[in-house]
Amino acid sequence: MGFLISRLGQTILVLFVAAFVSFALFRYVGDPVNNMVGQAASLADREAMRQALGLDDPTLLQFGRFVGQAVQGDFGISYRFGQPVAQLLAERFPATLELSIVAMIIATGLGIPLGVWTALHRGSWIAQALLTLSLIGVALPTFLIGIVLILVFSVWLGWLPSFGRGEVVSIGGWTTGLLTWTGIKALILPSITLGVFQLTLIMRLARAEMLEIMRSDFIRFAKARGLRRRTIEYGHALRNTLVPVVTIVGLQFGNVFAFSIIVETVFQWPGLGLLIIQAIQFADVPLLAAYLVLIAFCFAVINLAVDVLYAWIDPRVRAAGMGRSAA
Amino acid sequence: MSALLEVENLRVEIAARARRLVAIDDVSFSIPEGEVLGVVGESGAGKSVTGTAILGLLERPAYQAGGRIVFRGNRIDNLDGEAMRALRGREIAAVFQDPLTSLDPLMTIGAQLVETMLTHLPIDRQEAWTRAHRLLAEVGIPAPRERLQSYPHELSGGMRQRVVLALAFCCEPKLIIADEPTTALDVSIQAQVLDLLKRMCRERGTAVMLVTHDMGVIAEAADRVAVMYAGRLVEIGPTSEILRAAAHPYTQGLMASIPTMRRRGGDLLQIPGSMPRPDAPVPGCAFHPRCSHVMDRCRSERPSSFVSGASLAACWLAEHGAPAARPRP
Ligand SMILES: Nc1ncnc2c1ncn2[C@@H]1O[C@H](COP(=O)(O)OP(=O)(O)O)[C@@H](O)[C@H]1O
Ligand SMILES: [Mg+2]
Repeated sequence: MGFLISRLGQTILVLFVAAFVSFALFRYVGDPVNNMVGQAASLADREAMRQALGLDDPTLLQFGRFVGQAVQGDFGISYRFGQPVAQLLAERFPATLELSIVAMIIATGLGIPLGVWTALHRGSWIAQALLTLSLIGVALPTFLIGIVLILVFSVWLGWLPSFGRGEVVSIGGWTTGLLTWTGIKALILPSITLGVFQLTLIMRLARAEMLEIMRSDFIRFAKARGLRRRTIEYGHALRNTLVPVVTIVGLQFGNVFAFSIIVETVFQWPGLGLLIIQAIQFADVPLLAAYLVLIAFCFAVINLAVDVLYAWIDPRVRAAGMGRSAA
Repeated sequence: MSALLEVENLRVEIAARARRLVAIDDVSFSIPEGEVLGVVGESGAGKSVTGTAILGLLERPAYQAGGRIVFRGNRIDNLDGEAMRALRGREIAAVFQDPLTSLDPLMTIGAQLVETMLTHLPIDRQEAWTRAHRLLAEVGIPAPRERLQSYPHELSGGMRQRVVLALAFCCEPKLIIADEPTTALDVSIQAQVLDLLKRMCRERGTAVMLVTHDMGVIAEAADRVAVMYAGRLVEIGPTSEILRAAAHPYTQGLMASIPTMRRRGGDLLQIPGSMPRPDAPVPGCAFHPRCSHVMDRCRSERPSSFVSGASLAACWLAEHGAPAARPRP
């Protein structure tokens, strides 16, 4: 319990720092008044605007107001779209989250078994072939994988759509593509594209960890105890392998989420990545600032989840009350 | 009387890049039921490799290249993997050097004990937990019932090695390969753990191959002593005789180092020079470059084992049955 509280404390601190950076960006990059009323407004108009926005108040007060509004989900109005930023993000968030989750499920679901298998069958030609393939997966740029997949499965075979999200269903404001056939089909290529690099990374890490654990003293002692091979490999070695792998999976999930921009561009996926590309092009500062807070929030939640999972797997962490510190 | 364990002309090689290194060369000894055989020698002498070969746990690049290992009258070095596994932990158990790393950190010690017993013994889970509880009490763990639910990191090094002993004894094996069981422990607990090992073996009639480089441990616990040097057995005999009047000059050097060993931390011996490694073998007697009694033939001819009193010594000085040199002052 103390463990959880100290973790929560750290999470809140991280969010606070992110909020401050985001506030600084919002307040000091460019002139908010200029951005809103345009060059043509009169000096008096500008002054009225400054007053209305509270831009002459002390910085600390302004930051307090920023945080207070952010907590209520109010991040201001997008310069580019003229809509509330929160509403824009909320529309796009489910698309990116679903894409990221499915990509990580593919990467983890295949990566861990493949890594473990190649470690246990070191020397077999299939394991060698898988390793070589995984090297290619690491080296290939993501957009190239996406384009090749589109070429094969959309253009040549015509099996899967090459862009968009398909039909989506809205459940309490959350739009999901997982409940319609076209939605699922549309998700396949982008999630594979996004997952390939993670898959190879997780596979290679799981393999390396498994090899390391299989050489460790307690595995040698387990063999000396005459335990069966399956028990040693899956009961002891695999569990110990999962400890570091869980950490990486968590951190990579954050990365996948934050850097889905390339895949969203290739597949015209209506998620946060596409939105942010536009925001950057138009220097849409409120949108960027809010996006920053959102990403920080996601990382913080993921880290917290990883820590809890970590403590659940490893009694040493539970006892120490402190896990590895999040990156 | 046939011995519990017989090792005959054991040879272990290590496949190195272009050649094969000889790690264990023509080693023979036996351990009768209930005996504690101490195995001593400098680090790298081949003690652990010998123990590993007996357990059938040699792993590439090391492999058994010759000789036989016979346990209770049956050859075990050519058993298939599954038959050897069933023997391991059941008939031949092991205790390794480092108790801090011998246990699975993610599993309670009770679960590890139960898992071992259920693998080998025809008992149910509840019976296994009962026995696990009894074993922890026997190895001197306070509050054994609560400790069953503890994870290894919650126990001190000495306590963990007691758990390792409980694991080694949980299926009532006939032989225990104890590879430096106290070396990694605090000096203050070494004696306690050694006493526990001795007591449990005596009560059950378990034989032990007690590997150590600590002559003090030998003097305290071993019935007989085998001395290894550069992958060979150079002398084997009753502890009292080896301590009193060793035949091999190397053993004499080891014995001379006992007083300093008592202070621990000191080097094993004061013999100048160093032991040849498997990748740079020495012709003739492997000890001759360091031997103060060296003769011409030692440089070219490898001595076989000669009877010297109740001992066997692989030294040309012992060829005619006479002890090589005077008893130790
Ligand atoms: N897996 C291995 N690969 C290479 N050399 C090894 C291996 N295992 C043991 N050796 C070598 O065999 C020799 C004997 O080692 P060991 O039995 O561990 O000595 P010790 O008497 O200290 O226990 C050493 O020279 C060591 O370097
Ligand atoms: Mg050793």
